[in-house]
Amino acid sequence: MADLVCNDLSMTFRVPGSPLEVEALKNINFTLKKGELLSVLGPSGCGKTTLLNIIAGFLNPSGGEITLGDKSIEGPGVERGMVFQQGALFEWLPVAKNVDFGLRMKKTSEEESIALVEKWLDIVGLQGFGDTPTYQLSGGMQQRVALARCLVNDPDLILMDEPLGALDALTREKMQSLVLELWKETGKTIMIITHSVEEALLLGERLFVMAPRPGRIHKEYRLPFAERGLTKSLRDVKQDEDFAEVREEILSMIWNMEEEIMSGA
Amino acid sequence: MLDWISDNRAVIAAFLILLFGASFFIAIYIGLKQSALRAKDEVFGDPDRTKGGWYWALCGVSALMLVWFYYSWGMARAFFPTAANEFCQVAKVEEALSPITATLPIGSRYYKSTTLVTRNGAQLDDLQAGMPVAVFTASEMNTLNVIMDDTRELIAIFSNPEYQNEVSISEFEMVAAELDGLSERLRSGYDGYVPTAEALEQANWGTSKVEIPLLPETARGMMLDEVATEAAGISKQFLKLRNQSDEADELIAATRVKIDTIKAVNKSGSFAEDVLAERTAYVKAVERIFKRIDDGTILPAESLVGVNLAVVNLYDALDEAKGGLRTVEALFMPGDGIVKSRTQCTEQGPGRWLPKPTDVVGTFWTLGNPNLEAGGGYKGTVLLWWKWLPIASIVDFFIPDSLIDMLPGSYGSHDQDGQFVPNYKDNLLAFAQGEVYLGAIPMFDGHIWDSMFRVIVAMALGILVGVPLGIYMGVSRFFKSFFDPLIELYRPVPPLAWAPLILTIFGIQDDGKIFLLFMVAFAIMVISARTGASGTQLSKIRASHSLGASNGQILRYVILPNALPEILTGIRIAIGVCWGTLVAAEMLAGTTGVGFIENVARTVSDYELIWVTILIMGVLGLLFDLVMRYLISRLIPWRGKG
Repeated sequence: MADLVCNDLSMTFRVPGSPLEVEALKNINFTLKKGELLSVLGPSGCGKTTLLNIIAGFLNPSGGEITLGDKSIEGPGVERGMVFQQGALFEWLPVAKNVDFGLRMKKTSEEESIALVEKWLDIVGLQGFGDTPTYQLSGGMQQRVALARCLVNDPDLILMDEPLGALDALTREKMQSLVLELWKETGKTIMIITHSVEEALLLGERLFVMAPRPGRIHKEYRLPFAERGLTKSLRDVKQDEDFAEVREEILSMIWNMEEEIMSGA
Repeated sequence: MLDWISDNRAVIAAFLILLFGASFFIAIYIGLKQSALRAKDEVFGDPDRTKGGWYWALCGVSALMLVWFYYSWGMARAFFPTAANEFCQVAKVEEALSPITATLPIGSRYYKSTTLVTRNGAQLDDLQAGMPVAVFTASEMNTLNVIMDDTRELIAIFSNPEYQNEVSISEFEMVAAELDGLSERLRSGYDGYVPTAEALEQANWGTSKVEIPLLPETARGMMLDEVATEAAGISKQFLKLRNQSDEADELIAATRVKIDTIKAVNKSGSFAEDVLAERTAYVKAVERIFKRIDDGTILPAESLVGVNLAVVNLYDALDEAKGGLRTVEALFMPGDGIVKSRTQCTEQGPGRWLPKPTDVVGTFWTLGNPNLEAGGGYKGTVLLWWKWLPIASIVDFFIPDSLIDMLPGSYGSHDQDGQFVPNYKDNLLAFAQGEVYLGAIPMFDGHIWDSMFRVIVAMALGILVGVPLGIYMGVSRFFKSFFDPLIELYRPVPPLAWAPLILTIFGIQDDGKIFLLFMVAFAIMVISARTGASGTQLSKIRASHSLGASNGQILRYVILPNALPEILTGIRIAIGVCWGTLVAAEMLAGTTGVGFIENVARTVSDYELIWVTILIMGVLGLLFDLVMRYLISRLIPWRGKG
C-alpha cells in the first residue's frame, strides 16, 4: 500500500536578480502503484530532475501535495533511495563501507550489516569486492555499488537520476538488464529519469513524456517492453516492430518540442 | 681521535675532494653511457625522462661540494696547508710598508701631496671669497688676504724641488736606498732561514680560534717576516721626514707674526660678543689651513720619485719571493687574499664568509655535543638532547591558578603561634603551580627541540581550533559571514608585523612565539578546511540524506573526510610558513632556538655558525615536509582519483 501519489504538484523558481518567475512544474498529477516501474523522458528544461528532487525531498514544492503511502513527503528519507548519475560514492571508504553507510547511520548491529552487505554485493555482482577502494572501480561497477548502497536500506521507492548516463554502450546494456532483474526480484517501485528514448522504453512499464514551459506531463504510455526484457535479451526487444514504432513516435514528439523551444527563444 | 680528526681536517678535506672529483667524472661517464643506451628508444615526451637518475644526482652533489670546497678556499687549505701562513708573512710586509705607500700613487691614484695641494687650494679660495667684511677693518682685511696669499705661496715653495734643501733631499734618498736593500734581500733567497720551534708548535690553519698561524712556519716565511720587521723600521723613519726649505722657513715665520697680531687684536679689543665670535672663527679657519701647510707634509713630486721606484721595486721583489705561491693564490684563493690587521691575519672574500665544509662539520659537532661543561651546546643550551622533565611543570602549564581561585572557600592565613597550616585550597594551589613533585618523564631538550616544540604546539592548537571553524564556515552562512571579515583582516598582515606586538603582550618566551605561530597556522587551517568543506559535492550530501544520515552525521562522516585532502595540504603549507616565521621571531627575541643561535652568530660575525644554523633549518624544514608527504600519501590515497 506504499503508493506514490502526486496531487496537483507545481514548482516555480525565482530567477536570481530579476522579478521573473519560471514555472518548472505545473499541475502534475499521477499515482505510482507499489511495484511499478516508471521512466520519465523529456527535452532538457522540462523539469524532470526537479520532479525527482521534490519526490526525494531535496526541494519543497510551491504548490500541491505529494505522499508516499500514508505519509506526506517533507524532506529526504530512507524510504526513498537515490541513485545519482555519477554514483556520488564516498571515495575515502572501501566498497563495503559505502554499501553499509546507511546501516551505520542507523546503528545497525555489525553481524546484521555484514550479512546484508554480502547479500547485496552478491546480487549486484560485486562479490569479493568489499575491501576494494571505490576509486579503483570502473564506472559500471561504481553504479552497482551505488545501487547496492541504496537497496541495502530497503527503501519503498527507488529514484534514479540518469543512473546510466555516464556509461559506455555495452556497460549500459548490462546495467539495464540488472535494473530490470532487481525490479523483478525485489518488487520495488522504481522511478527512472533518463534522456535516452530507448532506455526509457526498455526500463518503463509506464512512461511519462514531459514537456517544458511550464513543465508538465505531455503524454503517458503503458509499455510491454520491460516485461518482455525480463525473458528476452534487450537487444532482441529493441528489434521488435512495435518497439521501433513507439520509439519513432516519441522521438518525433520530442523533436517537435525542441523545435518549438528554439523558435520560441 | 676527535682531536686528531680536527687537527688533520685539511688531510681529510684533500681525501674528500679527490673522492668528489672522482665521483663527478664517474657519474658523468655512467650518465653518458645510460643516455647512449636509451638514445635509440627514447622519443620526445618519453615519461621516463622525468625520473632522472641517481648518477646525475651524484654528479650534481659532487659538483656542488667541489664548488663549495673551491670557493671556501677548502682546496687551497687541503693541498697547500702552509700557504696561508706564508701569505700572512707577505701581508705583514705589505702592512709594514703601508705608511709609505699611502703617500705614493701605489694603491691610490694620486700622491698624497697632490691631494693636499688641491684640497687646501680650494679651501683657501672658498675662505677668501667668504670673508665677513662687516667685522674687519680695511687694513685687517688686507692683512688676512696677505696671509692667505702667503699660504698659497708656501704651497708653491713646498711643491718646487728647487727650494728643497740638500738635507731633506738626502733623507729621502736614504729611505729609497734602504728599501732597495730590502728588495735585494728578498731576491737573494731564503737559504739558511729556519723557523723557530715556537712557530712550528702553532695550531694548523683554521683548526683553532686563531684562523691563520701568525709566526712564520717556513724558511721563506722567516725571511719575509724579517723583511717585514725591517720595513716597519723604515716606515717609522719615513713618517718623521718633512720637506725642509729655507725660503719656506722665512715665509712661515713672517706669516705667523701676522696671524698672532690679528689674534692679539681679537683678544684685547672690545668687540660686541657676536662680532668677536665671527672674527675669532674666521681667523681660526685661516690659521688652520696655514698650520696644515707649515709642517712640510707637502713634497715636490720629483722628490718622491726615488722612493716610489724603490717601493715598486720592493713589490716586484716580493712577488718574485712568493714564487709558486702566486699560482696558488690565483687558482685556489678567489677573493682578496689574506690581509694582516694589527694582531692577526684573516682570509678575505669568500674564504671569510663561506666556511669550509669540514669546518662546518666541526662546528656542528661542537654544537651538538650534549656536554655543556665540555664546551658543547650554545649559550648554555644543548643543540638536541634529552632531560628529565618534571610532570609538575606540565601541570603548571595546563592548570591556570585562577581556576583554584574560583573554588569555594578562601586561602589559609597564619595562626596566633606564627604558624601557617595550609588548607585544601592552599594545597591545590601548590599543585596547580607545579610545586608538588609528581615524578618526571624523559623529554627532548635543546635549541632544535625548542624550535620544533613551538611549531608543533602552535600547529596542534591551530588545527584543533581552525579545522572545526573552517568546516562550519564551509557549510554555514552564519559562520562564513561572521568570521570571514575577522580572519581576512588579520591574515594578510605579515606575521612578523604582528611579532613586536604579540611578543610585548605574551612575553618573549614560548607563550609569545606559540601564539604568533598559532595565528599563522589558524588562518591557514581555517581557509583550507573551509575550502575542503564547501567543495563537497551536492550529490554526496543528498545521497547521505537519502541514506538516513542526520546533519551531524553528514558533517562527521561526509564533509570532514571530503575536506581531508585540503586540510592536510593546509597543514603542510602551515608548517612551512610557521617554520619560517618562527626563526624570524626567534631572531627578534628569546634565549633559545635555532633562530636565536643565528642571531647571536650574526652579531659576532661567526659565519661558520650562521651557515650551520642555515643548514639545520633547511634540513628540519625538509624533514617536516617529508613527514607530511608520507602522511598525505598514507591518509588520502584517493586524492585526485574520486
